[in-house]
Amino acid sequence: MRAATDLPAPLDNPFRSSVWPRIAGVALLVYVVWACAQMDISWARVEIGLENAAHFFSRLFPPNFTRWEILVKGLLESLQIAVLASALGIVLALPIGLCASRNLMPAWASWPARFLIVTARSFHPVIVAIVFVKAVGFGALAGVLALTVASIGFIGKLFTEAIEEISLKQVEAVRATGAPFASVLGFGVLPQVFSRFIGFATYQLDSNLRNSTMVGIVGAGGIGGTLFAAFQRFDYDFVCAILLSIIAIIMAGELMATAVRRIFIGNATFADLWRRGRAAPKLQPLQDD
Amino acid sequence: MASTPTAMQSPVAAREWRRFTSAQRLARFAVYLVMTAAIVASLQTIEIIPEFLADAPEQVVDLLSRMWPVDWAHYPGTVHEALVETLNIASLGTLLALVLALPVGILAAHNLVPSTPINLLAKLVLVSSRSVNSLVWALLFVGIFGPGPLAGTLAIAFRSIGFVGKLCGEALEEAHAGPIEALTAAGASWTSRLTFGYWPQVKPAFWSIALFRWDINVRESAVLGLVGAGGIGMALDAALNLFQWDRVAVILIAIFAVVVIAEVVVTQLRKRVI
Repeated sequence: MRAATDLPAPLDNPFRSSVWPRIAGVALLVYVVWACAQMDISWARVEIGLENAAHFFSRLFPPNFTRWEILVKGLLESLQIAVLASALGIVLALPIGLCASRNLMPAWASWPARFLIVTARSFHPVIVAIVFVKAVGFGALAGVLALTVASIGFIGKLFTEAIEEISLKQVEAVRATGAPFASVLGFGVLPQVFSRFIGFATYQLDSNLRNSTMVGIVGAGGIGGTLFAAFQRFDYDFVCAILLSIIAIIMAGELMATAVRRIFIGNATFADLWRRGRAAPKLQPLQDD
Repeated sequence: MASTPTAMQSPVAAREWRRFTSAQRLARFAVYLVMTAAIVASLQTIEIIPEFLADAPEQVVDLLSRMWPVDWAHYPGTVHEALVETLNIASLGTLLALVLALPVGILAAHNLVPSTPINLLAKLVLVSSRSVNSLVWALLFVGIFGPGPLAGTLAIAFRSIGFVGKLCGEALEEAHAGPIEALTAAGASWTSRLTFGYWPQVKPAFWSIALFRWDINVRESAVLGLVGAGGIGMALDAALNLFQWDRVAVILIAIFAVVVIAEVVVTQLRKRVI
């Protein structure tokens, strides 16, 4: 009897939400209404748009592949931009990322490198491409340089984080043998970050491939220029053909990136790639895919 | 005499120790080969106009001299409004994406919806959302809704569905089965299992994904204006077309500041949420 009265009274609803989430919910609702009003977003506009949509899609299909030569030329240029920007970006990002790691480098080296990485990361590749188009003129070179900057920002950041998370025991052991700094890096640091490096390098190649199809919008080479021109001419069936080819290329790129990850991180052979047994190592959500 | 030790060692010494099997080495070698071939082929065929390249240092100096005395007078009017619009596009787009992505993510999780065709269909939706760049989504929505922030918001939302839905679906699939089994044993309905079994487990992951995506969307919404989808990109496009480089400089600095602030806010919030 007494034991029963000592127990706390049971809650009516054990899952009752507290006050703050409710306030946050109301604030969010108020914000949505305010923002929609600010930007002239209303149901009426959506309805008008939906009427247009049918017309728009009827003009999009069927895709028109008759000008396939322009299409292939643009896609090849996009591929070139992606390959070169990834190679250049990775080569430049490694020393910068190493400089930025605070556990191996003194503050005077890491702060400038970190600033460089943050700056490179802040701007969307297309905005960087605008500046390079002014600097080196229209064409693929501006695209390569813009995506190189993006790669430096992304790989530099992740490489720095990877190095900062390594175990210093191996580094100390290599140092204790009297090894020079290059050997400390080669045998103490790099083996520890190699598999993560492969992960984000393939990821960056994938991301550069996606962006290389877009930098053309500002004149930096690749299929993007053709896409934007076709769109502005209301040449929608050609737009559809370009979009389908871009999506196909991006999906092929993603498959290749997965294969490379399985070969280097999962130690897969070609025979393994055909089998579905060993799954590709999962990646953490990174910047943007 | 000297032969005795070698004779004793030989069975082991003769064995060659390798880290990888020859099939694994072949696969790695093939990747290196393809990579080198791709780089060499690209270097040889890429079109670079030498006159433009020779001109580059001069152009950079010219660009900087046109940009340098940054004219802050441009900021208060149009640039500030465009910046707020960009933030609104990013935030509304992210919210819309969360609302749209959750059901798709649930449909993609096999332990919640144990039907492989539905899972695959949901995953197809998520993959198609991710394969299309946000600028392409923006082009499509500008075609449908006309230029303006509505197109931008929808572009951001549709681009984010794939990202949010995929990560939410994975978080749901990784949820511990224990609490769900307990709820099932107590006779809980499907919705109760979702709200009381899965949701508390995936809640931190969900908010962290949402914040992460918002951060990305702030960056992305800054360029959507280049194709007419509203935000600061439209101001940038206008300034570029008029060769007002001092104004371009103001806009670039504004974007940089907002992106850095957004990243700091997200990092701080994530620390508290998780």
